[in-house]
Amino acid sequence: MNQHGEPSHHVDSVRTYVGVLIALLIATIVTALVATLDLGPFNIIVALGIACVKMMLVVLFFMHVRYSTLLTRLVMIGGLMWLAILLLLSFVDFGTRGWIGVPGK
Amino acid sequence: MDTSSTHLETGAAHEAETLALREQFDTEEQQRDAATLGMWVFLITEILFFGGAFLAYTIYRSSYPAVFGLASSSLNLPIGATNTCVLLLSSFTMVMAVRAGQLGQRKAIIIFLIITMFFGLAFLGIKAYEWTEKFEEHHVPALSNFFLEGTSLQGQAKIFFSLYFAMTGLHALHMVVGVGILLFIIWKTSQGTYSPEYYTPIDIAGLYWHFVDLVWIFLFPLFYLIDRHLPR
Repeated sequence: MNQHGEPSHHVDSVRTYVGVLIALLIATIVTALVATLDLGPFNIIVALGIACVKMMLVVLFFMHVRYSTLLTRLVMIGGLMWLAILLLLSFVDFGTRGWIGVPGK
Repeated sequence: MDTSSTHLETGAAHEAETLALREQFDTEEQQRDAATLGMWVFLITEILFFGGAFLAYTIYRSSYPAVFGLASSSLNLPIGATNTCVLLLSSFTMVMAVRAGQLGQRKAIIIFLIITMFFGLAFLGIKAYEWTEKFEEHHVPALSNFFLEGTSLQGQAKIFFSLYFAMTGLHALHMVVGVGILLFIIWKTSQGTYSPEYYTPIDIAGLYWHFVDLVWIFLFPLFYLIDRHLPR
């Protein structure tokens, strides 16, 4: 609250944060247990899927992105796009190097 | 400021003391949003910094999946999972400190920040124990006695453990910096610098701490959990 009695920032309840913490801890235990099961190619998908869910919980609740301005969100998404460029173009490069072959070799 | 009345001048003096609102901003909200935006720009550079390491990990793992699976399974899963929980708990106490900052509860800020720092140091202690294990198991790639049981491809195993030490080491370095930031914030809080109108440094320190937590959220599955189900 500022001097005019209007909320100038959002205060989440303790209950919300405890709930997020419990969800994060359960997700950690689940991902550790699931890793010992043989799901074939889905092991990596489940592991990274759970990691992404945990990331979203931390970013939205602990880092208050739920309340952040549109500009901040735009900058974040822009940053993630640069990360995507870094990863995708490198994978494309690395994955297709053997297709053409090296001249003279 | 030369046209200010006496009332405004005392107001300015008060602001200079608490740093509540600097003159280039119109409102406290604008000042806070600007600080948050600036921190996120910094965090993006950090994301790309760690992104390069994750890229190297992914490319090597796709090149040498068998040895990477074997080496990954040699890591201590209970310790890795415990450390993940410790870090998540520290993020919780950190966000509670920020909440106390929003409400102006000075004592609660200090208590929660000290608990956060304790969890951070606990993480580093467990990490130090885990690294000691690596030395005993001869899994340190820089040493001449390096040997990973169960494979003849020791060079590939060395790449895995090099990435392991580099990435967990960089993460641990960020934790050390984080503990230093917490110490500073605790000191400033005890000086009475922060108020519900101005708690931005606590908020920004929180963003940094949660970011370091986020990096570990991805390091944990990638290093400890991959291909653990495969028969040995």
